Amino acid sequence: MGPVTSPAPVEIERTESAEEVFAVPEPDVPWVTIVHNDPVNLMSYVTYVFQTYFGYTKDKATKLMLDVHHKGRAVVSSGTREEMERDVQAMHGYGLWATLQQDRK
Amino acid sequence: MPGTFEPLPGGGAAVALDDVEISIIRSLAVQLLELIGPGPGEDAPDDPLAELFAEGPSEPPSDPVLKRLFPDAYSDPEGTPEAKEAEEQRAYSSEFRRYTENDLRAGKRDNALAVIRSLDALRPVDDGGAVLKLSVEESRQWLSALNDLRLAIGSRLEITDEEDTDLLYRLPDEDPRKPMVMAYLWLGGLQETLVSTLLP
Repeated sequence: MGPVTSPAPVEIERTESAEEVFAVPEPDVPWVTIVHNDPVNLMSYVTYVFQTYFGYTKDKATKLMLDVHHKGRAVVSSGTREEMERDVQAMHGYGLWATLQQDRK
Repeated sequence: MPGTFEPLPGGGAAVALDDVEISIIRSLAVQLLELIGPGPGEDAPDDPLAELFAEGPSEPPSDPVLKRLFPDAYSDPEGTPEAKEAEEQRAYSSEFRRYTENDLRAGKRDNALAVIRSLDALRPVDDGGAVLKLSVEESRQWLSALNDLRLAIGSRLEITDEEDTDLLYRLPDEDPRKPMVMAYLWLGGLQETLVSTLLP
């Protein structure tokens, strides 16, 4: 690592035009974590992971597991992109096949 | 019962294993460790910060087992993205990989090592074999490691849908995949009974 240099340049605030001020902001579209079906993972293990990691009840965890099994996928959590990256990383740690995406309907 | 984990009073689980079973699990766990590979810090053991600042890979692994253990985070397997979107997903997946894969590999290594350690600590009983006793924490590590081993074998056996599993049950004895299939099914039984000791 090199010597300490000056801090990153300060972002210069742009004066917004009146039009921009009144522009409707993009609504915050939530992100979702999706778990995909996998013929190797045991149904009991998938239920266990949903209960242990997300703290879901046995009923909710079982329902999500059955969705994964029968429909091939299930949305298991939603939130910010950072939160979903954490969830996906945790799912990969457990060996579940998970991806994240923005919840565009 | 052989090949079946039973809950221990006060938490944890136990299973009776014979010598062959012990050596099969051990050798599979060692193979998994070798496949996952050493951490980034092991190339520079004198630099304690190397591990902390090392970035993971940005490309998916080429080995199918590793690809299954460390899948792309942003590529929906059922999705049909347009070229621009697909490129964006690849870029996001690479970035995710750089920041997570080293940690994920370390976690899986720890679990496989925990399995090897508990097997090496076994004291044999008179007629061979031993009774493996696991704490709740060890049970969790075993559970993840057993799952990784089954994913690895499943990937080598090219199990991609439920029908593949059904076919494997009916393999003739002379099929070269038979021993691997037997190990896969047996590990499944171990994992299934271990989960049931951990479920609230």
